Amino acid sequence: MRIPILRLGEILLAPIQSDITDEQAMQLQAEILKLLEITTARGVVLDISALDVVDSYMARILTDTARMARLMGGEVVISGMNPTVAIALIEMGRELINVATALNLEQAVDALKARLSSFDDHDGIATGRSVSHGG
Amino acid sequence: MTPVEQTLLTALVPIITELDVSRARQEATAIAAAHGFSKPAAYRMATAISELGNNIVFHAGEPGEIRLRVLRADGRLGLEAVAEDRGRGIDDVALAMLDGYSTGGGLGCGLPGCRRLVDEFEISSAPGKGACVKVRLWI
Repeated sequence: MRIPILRLGEILLAPIQSDITDEQAMQLQAEILKLLEITTARGVVLDISALDVVDSYMARILTDTARMARLMGGEVVISGMNPTVAIALIEMGRELINVATALNLEQAVDALKARLSSFDDHDGIATGRSVSHGG
Repeated sequence: MTPVEQTLLTALVPIITELDVSRARQEATAIAAAHGFSKPAAYRMATAISELGNNIVFHAGEPGEIRLRVLRADGRLGLEAVAEDRGRGIDDVALAMLDGYSTGGGLGCGLPGCRRLVDEFEISSAPGKGACVKVRLWI
């Protein structure tokens, strides 16, 4: 089973399901990066509203995917984290997910659109912008 | 003195692939809900189980199992999960319990993170002798 990647203009949407395996995660990473390369998409939303549990392995998958996309010049937002996940992640400790987040899909798309258009205002050179996410 | 423990329910989930981990997680969540555990508690346990189950899948190199148990002790209701395998074991348990230490695959916060999620945490392991982690949450 593949994780679908939907395209909405310059934004890619990937709804992540709870029983994603390592192999599917690798496939998703590869597909997102490929789409960033060959299409005009520049933003990615990883929607995790279907996830009740995010352990350190899943957190690693999400963080890695976001970092790789960002390295290529894309922007990534994780959307829809549910309260149980937020509670467990904080209790497990530290910033397990060091990536921009949004309450829901709609806000994630709005935030990405705003960010992408602000890059356009500044001549759109990806390397010229400041990256505030530590690592 | 250890209080007398009464076992109310047990379940066993063999762990071979990642899908088994997902099964163990679902089983634990269902059991927790059926016994009146709060949703955050249920998902804390589910996250711990996910962590321990994935440790078996990715690190043990041998199949293992997760045993779930609902118990009553001292008038309190508890949910216990024991993750056990006969795999390669952990070279240095103290090191594995340190934040930021990872032999690959995770973020290096799996075991210490897991310990913070639960009320009781016990680990025993030796190189080549597998690992056994017992976690408990009380209502």
